[in-house]
Amino acid sequence: MKIDFVLNGTPTSVDVPPEMPLLWVLRDVQGLKGTKFGCGANQCGACTVHVDGSAERTCRLPVERVAGKQVTTIEGLSPDGSHPVQRAWREIDVPQCGYCQAGQIMSATALLAEVPEPSDEQIDRAMSRNLCRCATYLRIREAIHRGAALSRGEPSEAPPSAGGAADAGEEMPR
Amino acid sequence: MSRSIHSESFPTRDRSRGERPSASPLTRRLFVQASALAGGGLALGGRLLEPGSGAASGAVSADAGEAVLSAFVRLDPSGRVTITAQNPEIGQGVKTMLPMLIAEELDADWDRVRVEQAGLDTASFKGQFAGGSMATPMHYEPMRRVGAVGRAMLVAAAARRWGVDAAECTTEAGVVRHAASSRSATYGELASEAAALPAPDPAGLALKDPKDFRILGTAVPGVDNHAIVTGEPLFGIDVEVPGMRRAVFQRCPVFGGTVKSVDLDAVKAAPGVLDAFVVDQNPEVGLPSGVAVVADTWWAAHQARRSMQVEWDLGPTAEQGSERFAEQARSLAAAEPQETLKADGDVGAALAASGSVLRSEYHYPFLAHVPLEPQNCTVHVRTGAAGGKEVEIWAPSQTPERGQGEVAKLLGIEPAAVRIHLTRMGGGFGRRLNNDYMVEAAAIAARVDFPVQLLWSREDDVQRSFYRPAGYHFLEGAIDGKGGIAAWRDHFVTFGDKDGYARSANMRPNEFPQGLLANYQLDVSKMPLGVPTGPLRAPGSNAIAFVVQSFLDELAHAAGRDPLQFRLDLLDGKMAGVSGDEAKPAFDARRMRDVLTLVGEKSGWGRRQLPRGTGMGIAFHFSHFGYFAEVVQATVSQRGDLAVDKVWVAGDVGSQIVNPSNAVNQVQGAVLDGLGEALAQEITIEGGAVEQSNFHDFRLLRMGQAPPIEVHFLRSDNAPTGLGEPALPPLPPALCNAIFAATGKRVRTLPLSGVDLSWA
Repeated sequence: MKIDFVLNGTPTSVDVPPEMPLLWVLRDVQGLKGTKFGCGANQCGACTVHVDGSAERTCRLPVERVAGKQVTTIEGLSPDGSHPVQRAWREIDVPQCGYCQAGQIMSATALLAEVPEPSDEQIDRAMSRNLCRCATYLRIREAIHRGAALSRGEPSEAPPSAGGAADAGEEMPR
Repeated sequence: MSRSIHSESFPTRDRSRGERPSASPLTRRLFVQASALAGGGLALGGRLLEPGSGAASGAVSADAGEAVLSAFVRLDPSGRVTITAQNPEIGQGVKTMLPMLIAEELDADWDRVRVEQAGLDTASFKGQFAGGSMATPMHYEPMRRVGAVGRAMLVAAAARRWGVDAAECTTEAGVVRHAASSRSATYGELASEAAALPAPDPAGLALKDPKDFRILGTAVPGVDNHAIVTGEPLFGIDVEVPGMRRAVFQRCPVFGGTVKSVDLDAVKAAPGVLDAFVVDQNPEVGLPSGVAVVADTWWAAHQARRSMQVEWDLGPTAEQGSERFAEQARSLAAAEPQETLKADGDVGAALAASGSVLRSEYHYPFLAHVPLEPQNCTVHVRTGAAGGKEVEIWAPSQTPERGQGEVAKLLGIEPAAVRIHLTRMGGGFGRRLNNDYMVEAAAIAARVDFPVQLLWSREDDVQRSFYRPAGYHFLEGAIDGKGGIAAWRDHFVTFGDKDGYARSANMRPNEFPQGLLANYQLDVSKMPLGVPTGPLRAPGSNAIAFVVQSFLDELAHAAGRDPLQFRLDLLDGKMAGVSGDEAKPAFDARRMRDVLTLVGEKSGWGRRQLPRGTGMGIAFHFSHFGYFAEVVQATVSQRGDLAVDKVWVAGDVGSQIVNPSNAVNQVQGAVLDGLGEALAQEITIEGGAVEQSNFHDFRLLRMGQAPPIEVHFLRSDNAPTGLGEPALPPLPPALCNAIFAATGKRVRTLPLSGVDLSWA
């Protein structure tokens, strides 16, 4: 069945079974590998994209449900990785293995679009659907605050926010 | 502390514990060869050779002897430095860390350094593995010496060009300077001239004073960060090969079970399915029996598999289950132990002489690794020009060389005919020390004439791991008249048979507190297990620390002592080398005292007024050469809801933190990993199969459960060691000890989700 939607700003048409999850359409049909498979059960959020601007998990989302909608993946978030949240992720050096981070970033950017200056509690709630097996949660939280600051136009050199940040201790120069 | 112990060759079963002494430069010899790059520039190849080879006996040749690690560096005329990362990246930061070591002594401009991932190349590299927190101790000095050779050659080239003494030249971020004549030249300008000079002996070069480091000790972001945050294909699952199809593999839910019958025609008739066939088991290479389904898309293959009807021969493991294991453990504990691993003094007499003996049973469950990237592997089996099979593999593997051997054996070909590309891994945690998914993918690819990508579902992963083994400890202890420990006995009931232990199910005879007590006994009894087990991050330690540090806390409270002071007193007066086992590193009690003292200071131990229901707990553990002490503050509501308020960590991993950003990230991740395990993780077995299936019933920590974590590194005068693992083991016992302080309830069984913590 032919299904039309807008993928990262480009009108896209796919001919696949309508119940095929969007995740597999993106990865196996469109060749966009940034959206990750983690559980296939709406549990981990590695497959998070934006559908009409809101964060949606795609591993069980039938592609027919996005017909006529705007789908944005990590590849479409910015042309060059310059989205404030992507910059914040690099600045805070969030990733360990990195596998979940695309999904984390898509959830975080959807949150900031709605709540430009979220509290730790708002962040925890919005990000509770995304697992990080390496448990980089403290840095993710910090990077979301940082991304919010960068979105407001604050300079990159500003010190990171305090929420759960590492205290390196005086024994360790940075 | 200076020690020179040879490491064993990787991989061995014991190696999986990872507690291998460092590659000492005293017993190994580094060779660096320099050559000119085609098109201009300087190439450096470093190899560290095992002693006893031709090299060590005086025949100085980089070709002699067995290389245990290698480094490759290219400096091109534009000034760009390309460093080949030989070890696979699983999120431990090695792809950034090893190049930092070279770049520091080369005095390169880090912004001009590019890092390339090498494929598996057994001719050029040795030790291409990720595990055991080994990268730092193995590479810290040799990698720096490789860089120092390059710097010396560039300085020599500049001195020759200018007709000055090399000793008058200095370097800085990719530039050689001669201050007296105000001359300077970039490394790129000098690269080709340097390549024409002889390489100096790396052993004769002076390395930088750490106070002059410009790269080491600074927070360097991961080299793949940009690719990660923009969603570039980096991981095994992202590999796309022309003509590639997708495969899934249905194994018997019961370990060791085999396919009895399956209606393959029905499977082949499903939409999108190209082929389906039975794969016979081959236990020699870890290949289970199963049914492969190959389709155009993974989803089509997965759908066909879900409607597939397979009849299985379940085999003997179907008789095994977690409840039965617990019953067996109790009855084994009631009997005489099968074996006594260690008996110092006379525990029986000391216990008999004591007025009150403390008896406790501890239990921890099986755990799965669940790296977030499901197991996958892409394989293309071709017929070569000479008619033999040629295999090309793209694999996320912590031990690619082992996988190469297994695939070669499976297909009856030489390892050299199996070429492996290494991909970044979406986590390892020890799971990808096993290459079962690589062997499965090869078995499937050998049956079709196109490349195949095998991808496991999460259910496959949860139900087909090499689990951290469960364990049962039956402890007895007594306090002496001075408030110390009079006796300690542990009857450890674990898995195995007369031939040995199940993987990672053993305990070292010299495990702490052995050596610190006059009367110490470690007994062991084993029961058979058909469930595969293996190392999970901080193997052994991740379980044993919970038992030892919790029981230690029980004894401290029984003695009416402060738990921190009780621990400090236990370690007092023990200068070093508690361990008498030469194959394992010595435990230096002084270093542990120092981190305990530091974490006590930082956490305000003993100085905080806490309300009822809130408490602080402390624990320490030594593993992977690292000394870690941790304090947890936790609050438990009267109805038993647990919240972790804060964690303080003090660690000693030697004189230098290579990359402080990654170091803190690794420690915080390890602490939260330990927290997640303690809170809710448990794999149970029923009828020889795993009962859990996905993240709804094997629960990982989520962001809202992550407390603030303060990390303090204590620098000591010891060689730098690794950080991927040693911060994990103290967390579960520190948390359980905090729960005791908060509620008076002693937790002796993990996970906490199964424990009633309510109090009145």
